[in-house]
Amino acid sequence: MHEMSICEGIIQVLEEQAASQHYQRVKTVWLEIGPLAMVENDALRFCFDAVTRNSLAEGARLEIIELPGLAWCLECARSVTITKRYDACSECGSYQLQVTQGEELRIKELEVE
Amino acid sequence: MCTVCGCSEGEVSIEGHQQHHGHSHDDHQHHHHSHPEEDEHQHSHTDSVVVAEGSNLHFGQGAAHAHAPGLSQSRMVQIEQDILGKNDRYAGQNRQRFDAMNLFALNLVSSPGSGKTSLLTASIEKIKGRCPVAVIEGDQQTANDADRIRATGVEAVQVNTGKGCHLDAHMVGHAMERFTDLSGGILFIENVGNLVCPAAFDLGEAHKVAILSVTEGEDKPLKYPDMFYAADLMVLNKTDLLPYLDFDVGQCIAAAKQVNPDIEVIQVSARSGEGMDDWLSWIEQRRVARIRKRIEQLNSQISLLQEMV
Ligand SMILES: Nc1nc2c(ncn2[C@@H]2O[C@H](COP(=O)(O)OP(=O)(O)O)[C@@H](O)[C@H]2O)c(=O)[nH]1
Ligand SMILES: [Mg+2]
Ligand SMILES: [Zn+2]
Ligand SMILES: [Zn+2]
Ligand SMILES: [Zn+2]
Ligand SMILES: [Zn+2]
Repeated sequence: MHEMSICEGIIQVLEEQAASQHYQRVKTVWLEIGPLAMVENDALRFCFDAVTRNSLAEGARLEIIELPGLAWCLECARSVTITKRYDACSECGSYQLQVTQGEELRIKELEVE
Repeated sequence: MCTVCGCSEGEVSIEGHQQHHGHSHDDHQHHHHSHPEEDEHQHSHTDSVVVAEGSNLHFGQGAAHAHAPGLSQSRMVQIEQDILGKNDRYAGQNRQRFDAMNLFALNLVSSPGSGKTSLLTASIEKIKGRCPVAVIEGDQQTANDADRIRATGVEAVQVNTGKGCHLDAHMVGHAMERFTDLSGGILFIENVGNLVCPAAFDLGEAHKVAILSVTEGEDKPLKYPDMFYAADLMVLNKTDLLPYLDFDVGQCIAAAKQVNPDIEVIQVSARSGEGMDDWLSWIEQRRVARIRKRIEQLNSQISLLQEMV
């Protein structure tokens, strides 16, 4: 399951940062996820609880910040929102879109102690 | 944790044997694995696991984590870290290594059963002997596919990912330690059969190639857009079956182009050999293009150096 390895990636980052940021425990994790990141939020929450068990983030809360997908439409010369990789421009219907935001999958912030 | 490479224990394996079995590491903290060409192990890491048996690598699901409750006040930490950043760093190392040895690496992705291994064995029969060829085989279980590849006479390393549904760049780095010199050759990486997450894991390859067979739906590129977006080439396999199906090739190509206008498409039958020449010449063209690009890079480096003396 892909979400499982993502959660393991999260734990790795948390453990790596623990020494330099001087914390022993993580209480809340804020993630930023775009609609093109290939992640199911529900599956992610499920895995997060399983993977954080016996870790420095045991019992931590997972907060997901859903970023909008954005693309530059070459026809309209403006930024439009998208939800899928192959969405057409909502204004003119063109497929000549360059994705500018939506692939994000990152840890934004932590509450630690 | 392994003191040699920092790997912790787990379920992924890289093999040399016919098959691998589950490991239990419950009662010892240090697993035994060999690190051939120790100096080649370029990356230092403290993340996932490698357990090796011959040339079979088992990669695991992560180390046991220490529970360390703190007494201090809670506070906020901004870290802004990409979760897959670590994979991308390993992928960058792989890419450098591939470039340094002029090894052309392709990452083959598809659903299970679309014909990746069949396409590889058919291709290898035609190109082996011309340059070094090797295969990294990714599967959750069994070394069957690596055995099929070895039957053609080229080197193969099986990576069993256990529960993992994709290869990552760290596994590929370890698998690379098991080959003899592949300089100037071609490396095929057959990813785990899965059209979803292999798209997100850069392995350091020159190109991702998506294999789709005509027994699947024409709309697969729309259902799994990320994969077809990430791929530079779609190989439409099993065209020998077209007369028996109502698969609409044009519609399928249109779907792929809708997701990725730049994607190239080649139709092949690994069984009959139809289209194989197109596929092999695509590989050759791309390989030469990559070498040309590298010559350019090296030349500009040389000019920079010459200005300094
Ligand atoms: N008819 C036909 N069958 C094929 C072709 N390529 C592969 N197959 C069959 O499809 C099945 C899966 O092939 P395999 O190479 O193991 O797929 P993989 O899981 O993607 O590696 C096997 O039964 C193959 O014999 C082809 O071009 N034509
Ligand atoms: Mg296979
Ligand atoms: Zn538009
Ligand atoms: Zn390693
Ligand atoms: Zn190790
Ligand atoms: Zn996966």
